[in-house]
Amino acid sequence: MTRRALAPGTPRIAIAIVFGLLAVSPPFVSSFLQALLTQAVIYAILAMSLDVVLGYIGLASLGHAAYLGLGAYSVGILATRHGAGFWVTLTVGVLLAMAVAAVFGLVALRATGVYFLMITLALGMVVWGLAHRWVSLTQGDNGISGVPRPDLGLPWSFAHAIPFYYLVFTAFLVAFGVLRGIVRSPFGATLVGIRESESRMRTLGYHVWLHKYIGFIIAGGVGGFAGVLWAYDNGFVSPADLELSTSVEILLMVALGGRGTLLGPALGAGLIVFLKNLVSVYTQRWLLILGAVYIGTIVYAPEGIVGALRQWTKGERAWAGR
Amino acid sequence: MGGKVIGSILAALVLVATWGPGAAWAQKGPIKIGFLAPMTGGAAQVGKDMVNGLTMWLEEHGHTIAGRKVEVIVEDTQGQPNVALTKLRKLVESDKVQVLAGGLFAHVGYALAPKVDEYRIPMLYPVMAADDLTQRKPARWVVRTGWTSSQPSHPFGEWVVKTLGYKRVVTIGIDYAFGWEVVGGFQKTFEEAGGQIIQKLWPPLGTTDFAPYLSQVRRDADAVFALMVAASSLRFPRQYADAGLKARLPLLGGGTTFDEFVLPSLGDEAIGGISPLIYSAAIDTPVNRRFVKEYRARYGKVPSYYSESCYTTGQWINDAAKSIGGDVEDREKFLAALRKVEVPDAPRGPVKLDAYGNPIQNIYVRKVEKKDGELWNTVIQTFPAVSQFGKYKPEEFLKQPVYDRNFPPCKYC
Repeated sequence: MTRRALAPGTPRIAIAIVFGLLAVSPPFVSSFLQALLTQAVIYAILAMSLDVVLGYIGLASLGHAAYLGLGAYSVGILATRHGAGFWVTLTVGVLLAMAVAAVFGLVALRATGVYFLMITLALGMVVWGLAHRWVSLTQGDNGISGVPRPDLGLPWSFAHAIPFYYLVFTAFLVAFGVLRGIVRSPFGATLVGIRESESRMRTLGYHVWLHKYIGFIIAGGVGGFAGVLWAYDNGFVSPADLELSTSVEILLMVALGGRGTLLGPALGAGLIVFLKNLVSVYTQRWLLILGAVYIGTIVYAPEGIVGALRQWTKGERAWAGR
Repeated sequence: MGGKVIGSILAALVLVATWGPGAAWAQKGPIKIGFLAPMTGGAAQVGKDMVNGLTMWLEEHGHTIAGRKVEVIVEDTQGQPNVALTKLRKLVESDKVQVLAGGLFAHVGYALAPKVDEYRIPMLYPVMAADDLTQRKPARWVVRTGWTSSQPSHPFGEWVVKTLGYKRVVTIGIDYAFGWEVVGGFQKTFEEAGGQIIQKLWPPLGTTDFAPYLSQVRRDADAVFALMVAASSLRFPRQYADAGLKARLPLLGGGTTFDEFVLPSLGDEAIGGISPLIYSAAIDTPVNRRFVKEYRARYGKVPSYYSESCYTTGQWINDAAKSIGGDVEDREKFLAALRKVEVPDAPRGPVKLDAYGNPIQNIYVRKVEKKDGELWNTVIQTFPAVSQFGKYKPEEFLKQPVYDRNFPPCKYC
């Protein structure tokens, strides 16, 4: 067999190697890189959750940081003031994010395109405004500090970087498994159908709005999940986490990696976290580099990195088949 | 071919994953100072002023402290708490710094403090002024060399009643913790001295058009107290004059409304503005005159309080390290030394710490005047050795909640 015939399998091998590296490498890298990896993996969960909305339903949301914030503030408030444990904050964080998504969905899903963008932007700012102004609950602009690392009642402590990384990595695998199951299910296929042609799906008898609504709530819940981990990782929550720039960043992660691919947004999240934190150690021009990466992606790979790779391997296959 | 591309991406990933900033460190190598400041984003210019201040001190002293070479590693916080936390980790764990300094925004200060305590590495806060960092939520390893937000406001409020004779004042403050604390401190002492705050307006952070707020200002007031920061400081005085208020109501402010960072960008409309702060570039002492002249020669502008505070922070680290014979590796000893430092001749005047870790220092009431075609904050009154608690007993003072938008309540609105 020629090498080309094997090509369809290579992405899978590559993915396996990346996952393998993520699972094995942390104990062997510097603690700064461990911290970055932890952040990258949390952002990957967040980007994958937005991908359900952007990639599968086909709606660009500028309010996704709200769910990150809801999850994070659940931890911030419950863990510091009521001494709540990991499972409590996790449950509250995810359910709260889903509940808010359920309300926001009622408003936002009436619109599509730019209008959806504007409405989600406004709703995201509502949550930011609450975090900023509801001082008795959120401590406003100063944020909530001193969030302890979670205690799961296991024999090892998550106060150290490595066990905490593995907790986050496990959470990532769970989120990935769940989201992958959803997008590959008939429900996920329906979402893609809606993205491609809403009117046709409606004609076929699908309840289009309900499918979108459920997808939107799932995305919110997983976003809240990421927020819970985010708060534990930083030990700190402030309105800065909910700013518009965070929502834009998540959107760019998804676009950079390739929407509608789940792993693409995760890759995009990793790249941006490393660019933002690692490159800025070496040059103050990191924003320039980030800008160049974005422009490069839009010009040369409008479907994102994974999208471009997919087309490439497909092209190869088509060529080999001739 | 696809395999090749993916392969090279993987190779890059492996490279990134296995390589990290080097961590070689000898027992008696250089003293490493980790400095955090926003070097990109909206506050980058302030960040540069901060780095300039520290760099200038080190250059003047041959990058040597207590006989040991000094290395400064500047990391960009991007003005965001989570980035600041990541960079803190980098500075401590990869660069193995012995002392940390810097930070601009209050929420960054609150985010860093617990981590600094966890690492047990002393960190100096030259700028971050949030009251509770040295009041209700102090951190053991944080040494503040700057100020608390309400510190200049305390003597100023009383002074406005007694000296200027204003009895009824309207406040306009940017709506976030720093604004609440500056306005709150002013209101407390102003009202205790017999004044009345008759209206409190809170434009949100990032406001650029103040017309809707200026039109609400009650015209039966004696003066307006405005607390602006950065971009809003640049716009506010002009809009205040355009609204026709400058001629009718004198403009008072918090220190940042007229600080040296914004003065060069303001026009004649700022003249007459009165504000209190821990520093003015116009302080008429030999030490400060030399500092301003030297700073100007190096960086082509007048130093702001950000620069002065970071310059003094260099001095601070030096004095502490010297007193323990340069043995900064003994962190407990170093921290104790840092808390004991007294700088008698900083450009801003004498500085030493109170029991809560905040400087006791002079507060200057400054009036914007034009000299040789430039705007300067002429010092019209000096309050010597003011603590963060003003004339109150610390235990008494700490019983009240931290200032916020509703505390002290507006009794005369």
